[in-house]
Amino acid sequence: MTGHAQAGRPNKLLRNLNAKIASIPMILTALVIFVGGTLWTVFYSFTNSKLLPRLSFVGFDQYERLWAAPRWVTAIENLALYGILSLIFSLVIGFLLAALMDQKIRFENTFRTIFLYPFALSFIVTGLVWQWVLNPDFGIQSVVRSLGWTSFTFNPLYTPEIVIYGILIAALWQGTGLVMCLMLAGLRGIDEDIWKAARVDGIPMWKTYLFIVIPMMRPVFITTIVIIASGIVKVYDLVVAQTSGGPGISSEVPAKYVYDYMFQAQNLGQGFAASTMMLVTVAIIIVPWAYLEFGGGRKRG
Amino acid sequence: MKIRMMVAMLAASAALPLNAASATDLEVTHWWTSGGESAAVAELAKAFDATGNHWVDGAIAGSGGTARPIMISRITGGDPMGATQFNHGRQAEELVQAGLMRDLTDVATAEKWKDIIRPSSLLDSCTIDGKIYCAPVNIHSWQWLWLSNAAFKKAGVEVPKNWDEFVAAAPALEKAGIIPLAVGGQPWQAAGAFDVLMVAIAGKDTFNKVFKDKDAEAAAGPEIAKVFKAADDARRMSKGSNVQDWNQATNLVITGKAGGQIMGDWAQGEFALAGQKAGTDYTCLPGLGVNEIISTGGDAFYFPLLKDEEKSKAQAVLAKTLLDPKTQVAFNLKKGSLPVRSDVDLAAANDCMKKGLDILAKGNVIQGTDQLLSADSQKQKEDLFSEFFANPSMTPEDAQKRFAEIISSAD
Repeated sequence: MTGHAQAGRPNKLLRNLNAKIASIPMILTALVIFVGGTLWTVFYSFTNSKLLPRLSFVGFDQYERLWAAPRWVTAIENLALYGILSLIFSLVIGFLLAALMDQKIRFENTFRTIFLYPFALSFIVTGLVWQWVLNPDFGIQSVVRSLGWTSFTFNPLYTPEIVIYGILIAALWQGTGLVMCLMLAGLRGIDEDIWKAARVDGIPMWKTYLFIVIPMMRPVFITTIVIIASGIVKVYDLVVAQTSGGPGISSEVPAKYVYDYMFQAQNLGQGFAASTMMLVTVAIIIVPWAYLEFGGGRKRG
Repeated sequence: MKIRMMVAMLAASAALPLNAASATDLEVTHWWTSGGESAAVAELAKAFDATGNHWVDGAIAGSGGTARPIMISRITGGDPMGATQFNHGRQAEELVQAGLMRDLTDVATAEKWKDIIRPSSLLDSCTIDGKIYCAPVNIHSWQWLWLSNAAFKKAGVEVPKNWDEFVAAAPALEKAGIIPLAVGGQPWQAAGAFDVLMVAIAGKDTFNKVFKDKDAEAAAGPEIAKVFKAADDARRMSKGSNVQDWNQATNLVITGKAGGQIMGDWAQGEFALAGQKAGTDYTCLPGLGVNEIISTGGDAFYFPLLKDEEKSKAQAVLAKTLLDPKTQVAFNLKKGSLPVRSDVDLAAANDCMKKGLDILAKGNVIQGTDQLLSADSQKQKEDLFSEFFANPSMTPEDAQKRFAEIISSAD
């Protein structure tokens, strides 16, 4: 048997057998809990389940009601606005902070701690703190007014048109520290010789950053974007702590709609439909991007 | 949550061999956590402990919206508590239908609940297919306008006696830098205020037509248009109340920063806690002073079906204790609500509470919207009214159209 042609190639399935056995629990968890739970949710979103899951099918009724609800539409618009802005701002601010930190400044550790500190707080604490800071009766507005500028108005949390920016401020305060740290790690990974070569060629610093360093940091950027994006889609606690979705429905987000309709309104079907829509939205963005990034042949070494 | 439960279970199993045979631990979950509320719950616990059993307190902070999901998932997840609070009405309906709740008919018959509980609609809400599943403990009514006497004095106008006078006094209040009407940001506050306006302005029959018979035509009709007109006034008057929670809004009235607030009788606990006296420091107008009708929602205790025989017996004892005349008085005086039986002595009640009792005795009552509508319809209503109150560009006509749509699909 040892003389067979296959002897040189052991069975692929049996390679790293120990590691494969060790990962069985995780594979089962992923399949049963994540995939199974997802399919179950999608399945029951076509039923008329109220407080308890029930098999009475109503077709697409839950989805029709969902998209007819002004609150859901507002929630989606808010998520899009909040998502795009927080992605852009946390990347830009995080990168700028990291680039400044990379200038061999003094007390770098101290600054890094200060910037990263908010990330250690939960969103509920962040939300409550910023609810107070932005409250017109005892926050920024009242402080500035007490300094003598009595016509000063800064009241984002109680103004429907701009409330989402009030939430964005708190989210950026919380999240940019982490982005800065990731970017800093990326910058430290750039070979010193690259900088030297750029300096010899007389390329200005901003150009070196923009055209050499940033493209080289592509993996770091991708990691960062995934981390920020997952935070955006599930944003819930920050809104609850800051505004409870108000004034009115103007700062509602999809995750809050799902929770409120599943548990407060005791309408599981509606909540499932909303969470399925969230999944679909994410899938529409993630799938093509993941295909470009990880599939489609091995274009990068 | 899980860890707390495991600790409780470990503690219970460790204590079991030492316990005397008769004493049974019964965990009771509720969301009464404010000062006055927990004092009231302590009265219930005291009465139950006196029967030789033990009340294990399972308070869940964060009001019903937070507590109910936890309670429901514990019951459906196979870890039921001994007894649990729900608002009186339809919140536990499906749990009963799924056979997860204990049938209390035997206790109710033995204690003659049918004869002593008033109004009878309270017991009707507990009855599903002829069987009784819950024990009502109090009556809460929504239909109150709380006014700060100090605010009106500062504005130089007399304290209004009804809604119209209040609306007329609004410009004077605004001139004096006072918010006429305090409305907090929580969605249920705006929806509740609208229901109160509806009873006061459109009357009992229209209220029943819309919420009981789910008559969408009535909801789109001219009577309700008048209510939306009043809600438009209320919206204008509430501009500038930058608070979230209902008790913060009540606090605006207590401190004279706001003229008034439409809120249920639980607001009275806040006035009492601040040391204010009905009549001199604040004024209460049931039915907004227009139509003296109160709704009779409230709280009830439900008893999940348990396998343990001993605990089932203790549940029956608890149900009986909750409706005991002495417990009813002690509890409701601290809670600021009305007792569910008429044969109890309430000499210690204050002015506002007496007004409520008087209206109740006359029988000018309606059912609460929690009893008439499902939680789903209630939530849609909340979404609509919180949007309406926060968005001045939404016309009353548009809002009424959407209201009629919600009623047409309500259950």
